[in-house]
Amino acid sequence: MKIKVHLFARAKDLAGQPEVEIDVPVGARVVDLKKALGSRIPALSSLLERCAVAVNNEFAGEDASLSPSAEVALLPPVSGG
Amino acid sequence: MIQLIREPIDFQAMTEQVRRSDCGAVVLFLGTVRDLTGDKVTVALDYEAYPAMAEKKMAEIEADTRKRWPLGEIALVHRLGHLEIGDVSVAVAVSCPHRAQAFEACRYAIDRLKELVPIWKKENWADGATEWVHPGA
Repeated sequence: MKIKVHLFARAKDLAGQPEVEIDVPVGARVVDLKKALGSRIPALSSLLERCAVAVNNEFAGEDASLSPSAEVALLPPVSGG
Repeated sequence: MIQLIREPIDFQAMTEQVRRSDCGAVVLFLGTVRDLTGDKVTVALDYEAYPAMAEKKMAEIEADTRKRWPLGEIALVHRLGHLEIGDVSVAVAVSCPHRAQAFEACRYAIDRLKELVPIWKKENWADGATEWVHPGA
């Protein structure tokens, strides 16, 4: 299944685009998506370990499952304020 | 009240907005753009958000803060875009019946905002380089 991932801050700069579509097997979890992102965009690898993933605007654990209709975002460590 | 805006934050209006007759204490926190980080000189910051999630998290922080302290009102506003030295990037205004509660509630809300809300800042250093700030490297 294809998952569209929104990218922000340094992740967006490293990828050179604000979103990327990643192909993962049906039933894939957040941890699988992060691995697939690292393979697809090696420049993201070191930052990926420190990134959270949001599914439908909520922080999702590594074991959270994904669906093609979910809104998914890769969130580098935040620095607002 | 929570808000993400690109224009300057009207923190005086926010402060007036939280004042209530049953609240004897109003605390306002302002985060402002600082020119020095260690020995590195900043000329400007650019703020970016994941807006839908940022607003959701800010609303959760408001609700959470209301559960913990007897708030009259609370206003949380974060500015996005290009900010120069001294500009106000974030403002938190709270009112409570008494001052200890107001200080604690305001501190809690800004601490949670900095920890949970998907907003990022990019340093524009004096030497022309830029760098996203991602704490914990």
